[in-house]
Amino acid sequence: MVNEIKANAVVFGDNIDTDVILPGRYLILVDPHELGKHALEGLDADFVNKAKVGAILVGGKNFGCGSSREQAPLALKHAGVKCVIAESFARIFYRNSINIGLPVMECKGISAVVASGDVLSVNLESGKIQNYTNIQILQGTTLPLFIMEILADGGLIENLRKRLNKK
Amino acid sequence: MNITEKILAKASGKKAVYQGEIVDANVDMVMMHDLTGPLAVEAFKKIGCQKVWDNKKVVVILDHQVPAESVKAAELHKTMRTFVSEQNLIFYDVGRGGICHQVMPEQGHVVPGAVIVGSDSHTCTYGAFGAFATGIGSTEAATVMATGKIWFKVPPSIKISIKGKFKKHVYSKDLILNMIGTLGVDGAIYYATEFTGSTIKAMSMAGRMTLCNMAVEMGAKNGIIVPDQTTAEYLFSRTGKTPEIKGLQSDPDAKYERIVEFDVSKLEPQIACPSSVDNVKPLSEAGNIPINQAFIGSCTNGRLEDLQIAAQIMKNKKVKAGVRALIIPASQEIWKQADEEGLLKIFTEAGAIVCGSACGPCLGGHIGLLAAGETCVASSNRNFIGRMGSTQANVYLASPATVAASAIVGRIVSPLEVDL
Repeated sequence: MVNEIKANAVVFGDNIDTDVILPGRYLILVDPHELGKHALEGLDADFVNKAKVGAILVGGKNFGCGSSREQAPLALKHAGVKCVIAESFARIFYRNSINIGLPVMECKGISAVVASGDVLSVNLESGKIQNYTNIQILQGTTLPLFIMEILADGGLIENLRKRLNKK
Repeated sequence: MNITEKILAKASGKKAVYQGEIVDANVDMVMMHDLTGPLAVEAFKKIGCQKVWDNKKVVVILDHQVPAESVKAAELHKTMRTFVSEQNLIFYDVGRGGICHQVMPEQGHVVPGAVIVGSDSHTCTYGAFGAFATGIGSTEAATVMATGKIWFKVPPSIKISIKGKFKKHVYSKDLILNMIGTLGVDGAIYYATEFTGSTIKAMSMAGRMTLCNMAVEMGAKNGIIVPDQTTAEYLFSRTGKTPEIKGLQSDPDAKYERIVEFDVSKLEPQIACPSSVDNVKPLSEAGNIPINQAFIGSCTNGRLEDLQIAAQIMKNKKVKAGVRALIIPASQEIWKQADEEGLLKIFTEAGAIVCGSACGPCLGGHIGLLAAGETCVASSNRNFIGRMGSTQANVYLASPATVAASAIVGRIVSPLEVDL
C-alpha cells in the first residue's frame, strides 16, 4: 500500500447507503470486476467512467449506511476508487473497507472544501489531505497501527495469514 | 458498567472495559446467509485453515434469494451447502428455516450475554434477548470462523428510556420509526443503544426484536435490552432451558453518553417516507399516497404477532383492485402457526399472495420488485433509492397494521380507518 494517494475527487452528499453503492440485485455476482461495473449507478450513471482512472471518493455524514454487504466497498475498489474520505462513516462499511484493503479516512469539514474534479492527495499515515485545486489543507483522523498494518498487507485475510504464520 | 460493557468485558477476559478501548472478544456464535456467506467461504479458504474454530458455533441460513431465482443464486446456495457439509455446520436450507434473524432466536442460537456476529446488518436484532450482537462483513466472518475472535472498540452508550402505554393500533414499529425520525439516521453512529423503561418491560419479544432490529438504521453498533422474565419465558418455550440472566443488568452508576426519553402514550401511527429511514411523519400528516404494493414481512415485522394484527384488519375484506399485497411469514415455524390459526386463509381470501418464508422484496433481490413510478408501503426496514427494485420507485415504511389497512383502502391510511 502506498501511504500517499493522489487522484481526482468525486463528491457525494450525506447518508450514501450501500443500496445505492451496489443495489441488492447485483449481490448474486461473484466477480469483483463485475460488481465494479455497477458501482453507484443509481446515483450517477457516469461514476464508473469517472472512477476508472482512479478516484478519491468524498462523502458527507454516515457514508455507507445500511446493509453489511461487503460487495459495496468491493464494487468501489474495483471501479477504481483509491480511498474514501467522509465526514463520518457507517461502522460496518468502515470495517469492511479496511478488511478488503480500501483505505478510508474520517475528516470533519471535508465536504465544504472539495468539489468533484478537484485534485486531492491523502497521506494515510499523517492524515493530511491536500486539495491542489483550491490550495486547502485539511487534517483527517489517522488509523491505529494495527489497522494500518491490515491496509498495508492489502486486507484482513493477508494480515491474518501473516499473523498465523508467525505463530 | 452497562450491559454492553459487561458482555464485552467477559468476552475479552477482563474485569472491566472502558469506552474507546479496543478489545479482542471471543465470539459465541457467527451467522452467514446466502448473499454474504459465499464471499466468507472464499475468504476462509484463502486463510489456509482446514477447519472452522468450532463447528457448533457457525450457523448458515439461506434466506435472501430463496428459493433460488436464478442459476447464479443456485450456485451461491450450492457453495454454502458444500461448505456446510465439509465443515459440519449448523444449517437451515430452503424450507427448513426462514429469515435468519427470526430463525436464530427461534431455534435457540441466541442466549442472553452472548457475543454474536453475523454477516448481515440486522444481526443487531438479537440484542432483544440481552446479547451483544452486531453486523460484520464477509471477510471478517471468515476470520471469526478461523479464530473465534473479533476486535471491537468498546462503544459509548445511549440509554433510550421509554414510558407510556401504546394507543390502539400503535406498535413498537411506530415507536422505532418515531425514534429514528427524532435522532436521525446517524443519530447513534458507533453507539450502543440500550432500550429501557416501563414500555419495554411490558413489550413482547416480537416488539423488542422490531426495536433492536432497526437500531442499525440510526447507525448504532448494537441495540440491547436487559433480559427479564419475558426473555426467559420465550427462551424456555423455545429450548426447554432456563437462560442465565443474573448479573446481566446495567449497574446503577453505569455510564451513558446520552439519555433520551420517549413517551408513547400520545404517539400516533408513523410513516417513513422515501428515501431515508429518518424521513418520518405521523401518518395523519402524510397526505394522500396511493399505493401499488403492500408488503408485510421481513426480519423487522414478519412475526406471528404481526400477521395476527394484519389478519384482524384484513378479515372479510378485499385488497383494493390495482394493489398487490404480499404476505411473507418470517419463518417456516411462523408460517405453520399462521396456517393453523387460519391467518393465511384470511390473507388469501382477501386477495393477498402468501409467499414462502424468506427476505422477499425487502432488499430488492428477488420477488415482489417495483417498476419505475410505483409505490409500496412495507413493514420492512429500509426505503433507500432502488431498495425494492427500480430507482424510480417509492417505498414507505410502516407497521404491519398500517400496511394491512393501506392494502384494503389502496392508499396509505391509519389502521383505525379500517378497524375501529
